[in-house]
Amino acid sequence: MIEVKNLRKSFGKLEILKGIDLNIHKGEVVVVIGPSGSGKSTFLRCLNLLEQPTGGEISFEGQSITAKGHDINVTREKMGMVFQQFNLFPHKSVLQNIMLAPLKVKKQQAAEAEKYAMELLRTVGLEDKRDAYPAQLSGGQKQRIAIARALAMQPHVMLFDEPTSALDPEMVGEVLEVMKQLAVNGMTMVIVTHEMGFAREVGDRILFMDGGVIVEQGTPAEVFGHPKHARTRDFLSKVL
Amino acid sequence: MNVFDMAYEYRNLFLSGLQYTLLLAVLGVFFGFVLGILVSLLRMSKWRILRFIATAWVEFLRGTPMLVQLFLIHYGLPEFGISLSPIQSGAITLTINSSAYLAEIFRAGIQGVDRGQMEAARSLGMKQGMTMRYIILPQALKNVLPAIGNEFITIIKESSIVSMIGVADLLFQARTITTITYEGLSPLLVIAVMYFVLTFTLSKLLGILERRLNTDDRG
Repeated sequence: MIEVKNLRKSFGKLEILKGIDLNIHKGEVVVVIGPSGSGKSTFLRCLNLLEQPTGGEISFEGQSITAKGHDINVTREKMGMVFQQFNLFPHKSVLQNIMLAPLKVKKQQAAEAEKYAMELLRTVGLEDKRDAYPAQLSGGQKQRIAIARALAMQPHVMLFDEPTSALDPEMVGEVLEVMKQLAVNGMTMVIVTHEMGFAREVGDRILFMDGGVIVEQGTPAEVFGHPKHARTRDFLSKVL
Repeated sequence: MNVFDMAYEYRNLFLSGLQYTLLLAVLGVFFGFVLGILVSLLRMSKWRILRFIATAWVEFLRGTPMLVQLFLIHYGLPEFGISLSPIQSGAITLTINSSAYLAEIFRAGIQGVDRGQMEAARSLGMKQGMTMRYIILPQALKNVLPAIGNEFITIIKESSIVSMIGVADLLFQARTITTITYEGLSPLLVIAVMYFVLTFTLSKLLGILERRLNTDDRG
């Protein structure tokens, strides 16, 4: 579904990604772990070109999105993204947050968009917040709305950039629960996270990144149970 | 003649002057607002040449006296075959001058909106222009509303320079009345109060608008 070939990204002289190769299959849940500054978030943000790669190629559903002349907006409609800082639109109500892109980008009818938005609000357990504004919500609620907003575009893949890192500890669970439901229902997901328990439970494949490369990858049992690489062992010994 | 008698006696002249002051202020505010948004977007353009033009525009208009700009337009442009009526010259001067100040205000407002807002909107497939219109500008304008209000008030007051090229605005009428009555002070006091009522009302209205916008999303 997503093919990444020799992906490179530099900021000025600083090389963050030093050649990443990866295939992500439909329905797969890929969890990216690694120390701060290892390039995990940059890698994720390259997948929908929020960061423009400096080298390499990315294809999505058979189409090169890094090719010249490709309209990235069309691809982004099919790639939902959830951010560490939620990034809800503060001047819009919960329902407006969710409905905006379906109305403006997909040109859906208001009634249809609202019906689906309410369905999503039920899924994330926040129907009663439809008319609230983001400032009235807790962090966990904000992130669940952000997930609903991304899902409203009916994406084929969801990208999560440390979705629980800005949350108070007691709110992490409710967000992970929503993500787990998504995974169970077959959504293709790429998740950057520090939640090792969650990674182990929900991930089909774990990528360990360090220094701008994928050091090691495999099933959770392989990576967490029998890490092959010294750097992986060292990282896991610090976080587990 | 005391001030109140003066105000009543010459009410028609004062009101006629008020019309021109209001007309010019409204034109200056409206077109200055639209042009200001355009200039601020050009200043943040990808293309260096557009950025340069917008920056030069802002720097020139902020760096020269508005009275000089008015004279350049009204007495300078005819040399190039463009003759404008005093009202046209006045409206254009107020528009371009306020566009420069408003452009700087808008730019600060737009750059003050969190980067994540742009990213979130773009990640949903919204195009740049759409994101500006629905996400960035509404938040930016709200944040800089007090500064915009200041600029509007400035335009109302500064519009008085158009009396220098013969537009019959409030200040012009005050001086007319002085030549009729030989009263120097009273006409000026009357228009000072009129200017103040205009600006004070505007500032109160903007205050109400600001509070309403705040209750929307800070609830």
